[in-house]
Amino acid sequence: MGAVEIARDVRAGARTARDVVEEHLAAIADREDELHAFNLVLADEARAAADDVDRRVAAGDDPGPLAGVPVALKDNLCTRGIPTTCSSRILEGWRPPYDATVVTRLREAGAVIVGKTNLDEFAMGSSTENSAFGPTRNPHDPTRVPGGSSGGSAAAVAAGFASLALGSDTGGSIRQPAALCGVVGVKPTYGLVSRYGLVAFASSLDQVGPLASTVADAALALEVLAGHDPADSTSIPRPAPSLVAGLDGGVEGLRVGILRELTDGIDADVAARLAEAAAALEAAGAKVDEASLPTVSLGLSAYYLIATAEASSNLARYDGVRYGLRVDGDDITAMYGSTRAAGFGPEVKRRIMLGTYALSAGYYDAYYGQAQRVRTLIIRDFEAAYAAYDLLLAPTSPSTAFALGAKTADPLAMYRVDVCTIPSNLAGHPAVSVPYGSGKDGMPVGVQLLAPALGEATMLRAAAVLERSAR
Amino acid sequence: MALISREDVAHVARLARLDVGEDELDRFAEQLGAVLEQAADVAALDTAGVPPTAHPFPLVNVLREDVPGASLDRDEVLAMAPAAEDGRFRVPRILGEAP
Amino acid sequence: MATTVATDWEMVVGLEVHTELATATKLFCACPNAFGDPPNTNVCPVCLGLPGSLPVLNRQAVELAMRVGLALHCRVEPSIFHRKNYFYPDMPKDYQVSQYDEPINVGGWLELPDGSRVGITRAHMEEDTGKSTHVGGEGGRISGADHSLVDYNRAGVPLVEIVSEPDIRSSEQAKAYVNELRAILVAIGASDARMEEGSLRIDANISMRPVGSAALGTRAEIKNLNSVRSLGRAVEYEARRQVALLEAGEVVVQETRHWNEDDGRTSSMRSKEEAYDYRYFPEPDLVALAPPAEWLGRVRAGLPALPAERRSALLAAAGLDASGAWAAATVVQLGLDDLVLSAIGAGADGRLALNRAANELAGGPAPDPAAFAKVLRMEGDGQLTATQAKAVLAQMVASGGDPEDIARVKGFEALAGDVVAEAVDAAIAGAPEEWGRYVGGEAKLAGFFVGKVMAATKGKADGKAVTALLQDRRSSPPPATV
Repeated sequence: MGAVEIARDVRAGARTARDVVEEHLAAIADREDELHAFNLVLADEARAAADDVDRRVAAGDDPGPLAGVPVALKDNLCTRGIPTTCSSRILEGWRPPYDATVVTRLREAGAVIVGKTNLDEFAMGSSTENSAFGPTRNPHDPTRVPGGSSGGSAAAVAAGFASLALGSDTGGSIRQPAALCGVVGVKPTYGLVSRYGLVAFASSLDQVGPLASTVADAALALEVLAGHDPADSTSIPRPAPSLVAGLDGGVEGLRVGILRELTDGIDADVAARLAEAAAALEAAGAKVDEASLPTVSLGLSAYYLIATAEASSNLARYDGVRYGLRVDGDDITAMYGSTRAAGFGPEVKRRIMLGTYALSAGYYDAYYGQAQRVRTLIIRDFEAAYAAYDLLLAPTSPSTAFALGAKTADPLAMYRVDVCTIPSNLAGHPAVSVPYGSGKDGMPVGVQLLAPALGEATMLRAAAVLERSAR
Repeated sequence: MALISREDVAHVARLARLDVGEDELDRFAEQLGAVLEQAADVAALDTAGVPPTAHPFPLVNVLREDVPGASLDRDEVLAMAPAAEDGRFRVPRILGEAP
Repeated sequence: MATTVATDWEMVVGLEVHTELATATKLFCACPNAFGDPPNTNVCPVCLGLPGSLPVLNRQAVELAMRVGLALHCRVEPSIFHRKNYFYPDMPKDYQVSQYDEPINVGGWLELPDGSRVGITRAHMEEDTGKSTHVGGEGGRISGADHSLVDYNRAGVPLVEIVSEPDIRSSEQAKAYVNELRAILVAIGASDARMEEGSLRIDANISMRPVGSAALGTRAEIKNLNSVRSLGRAVEYEARRQVALLEAGEVVVQETRHWNEDDGRTSSMRSKEEAYDYRYFPEPDLVALAPPAEWLGRVRAGLPALPAERRSALLAAAGLDASGAWAAATVVQLGLDDLVLSAIGAGADGRLALNRAANELAGGPAPDPAAFAKVLRMEGDGQLTATQAKAVLAQMVASGGDPEDIARVKGFEALAGDVVAEAVDAAIAGAPEEWGRYVGGEAKLAGFFVGKVMAATKGKADGKAVTALLQDRRSSPPPATV
């Protein structure tokens, strides 16, 4: 049952939030050992929150638009008094003294938080294999990865552990696991959702967004999450958009461009589903043809320079002084070096090293500075495309879910998994991954709709059309 | 020629305060070299006259009023610390003045 | 201007002054900006650099930074913040948020009381660091310490760093620059500029060059200058050190040096650490700052008269040239401009008004303007001697009151001129031998007679009047017999 239905029934008193949460806790008890979607299940807290919702309903109050909806939080979102690890040894045991803004908004909307989900350490990865606490497995086939970095959140929704989950998307970390797990994932416009309390990976790229079973659920969640937050200087000073009301508006007359550069080299199954999706949009009245953004092919390189540079600075604070892990040393420099060597996993170290190099004297202009200019070129290409199109259509991932361990030995191969999702982060634009059938391997395929900044309403309307046609 | 040498890796590791073992230097050099090779397309591009983008959604003058708010409780703050003494965070000896 | 060290070397000094802004809260969070609170009590997720926290810029800090820029005749420009990356335990994020190549204030100048101008390169905003205490070493020093303790109350306090051009040519000018800058910062309400509390800190860049050379020599940067006096001593020491090196045919190393107040020397801060590479890049968690013209106009209009303007106004009103500069500067520092101007307006002598205000009124609340003017008039008219006027002023500062009443209570009724003359004549008559020597040219004996007269009048005679009478009697002797 979706979040829309749960909230409707709980608010109406037709079901209790407690019953809803017990169902989900039962699903967790059934399969969590196998999948490892969670770093922490908050069963007692969830029951207490559900009971509180039920009391308010009984008292005639409205607990809010997500009344009684079980939500899983990616474990890089700060929760007051509750461990927040980023799946890293360096933060193991750390309990933030504050809630992320999105967590506060969920609580105020009546949502019931069921746990903190696994991720690639500090959201750096595309398979959730880079977790210090072990990988998450794909609910559709536990020998395969769920994607990443929000793999725990995607698996939790796909396995029915939670009705909704929050993820963060820096280069595709919501959309790619959503595609690989067969759920809906939205990367909102940069600045639409507050980043306050999201542990930063790459500040100019990170966005929090929902993963859900349906487009309507994602739209409902995004209405709750979005809107100006004065604690985040990059938060867009506008109220949350209305998304749910217009979802059934269809795509009649919309101009949709298939992003040619992102269809090169993708698996045949994915290409076939993408063509079917394009045909479905056309059948629903959209005008579909092929669009070209020549510079998006530079996105992967630009992304890995910008993201790692920002990460190298964002992750400097894990130094063993104020919180988290300390490995003692004879002096402060020795302590820093041994703490960080012991606390970070290999992928995080690799990215810190790359980012430090990209910013260092003599290389800044060639790498970081140049990547920021390429970012401008990509944004210009998008602007040109959106003069001709309302939305762009692309695959979410070049392939379906791959086997655990298949790409761990080759970092560059793993990076290429994000090639279709990265351009939206560089541009700060919204994008949604919608499940669209499956491959010959039986694994889910996702297709991606991209929109210009603050184009979420149109984008989700089209996503709803795809969702209906996929059934 | 490799894009990044063992010495470069060692230098970067010191800047980033990451202890890297001798055996890891070569591996990092190889892996970082591969990524930098991939990034050659960006590094080589002629971007004369193209301004950099630091923010995808440019805002300006985001300010807050100068009104005091609540600070954290010190016990809660120091409870997070690996080591504390006398109301302060305790750290091993520092080798030099701040730069 | 020649250096005080050697006649054939010229000193070239530029100063970097960090001043904490007098805001209620920190630069990027709502924690109190307060000095002296118990350690780690004014901290929150933002200024502790906790994961997930984000900065939001303090409007008042921007406004005060603009005031600083405008007071230093800078252009206020659109600006951004960068991250300066380096590891140090007093920096919660292991980067400092600071303005780098696009600062808020650029290109101004500061005029010193002697009329010289020092160029201002820039005055930019940045966040302060926390404070470390070193335990187990000698006298709290960092070297030899066993471990250190960190307090983050100061972390995130707003700073403006004011960078001068290398226009300063002597330690006296360096000190005058800092004193003038402090006076400006206090006058515009930007900072309390208390060096003893660390709310104003100085780094000095010093190099030497042969007199007449236009090229700059290799400079050393001196840190840890905690007072204007230290600045003067350190600059002098460093200049001597560099001259000694250069005259011995050696080179000055470009480096950061630490001033040690106790032994009066600078020493190299080089450690085994390799050179710093700050990896500056634009702070992605903050957006651009571009104060609209309307805001800038409001700040400009709200600026008070600056010390230089106030000194000029005082000297003009007093009808004085540079000879009154020190007194005028002191009156401005004490904030007694209005008192002095109103006394002059009421007819008091300008120099007297400036000098009495500068010298006698530092200790307490300013006296009533009418009463101050009255004392000056009484002194000017000869009703009070200089010593008596000062005593009356001291009493007014301590407990207020009308100067005539105070003078009466103290028994300061001025003596009638003929009483003084009688006392002078009596003194001459009582010491004919000394008088003869005085008349014969032994001028220092004037003091002897003034003393006699003062003793006879219990100090109530005006010394100047007595001296004038003695000279008068010498040129036209009184009757030989009494």
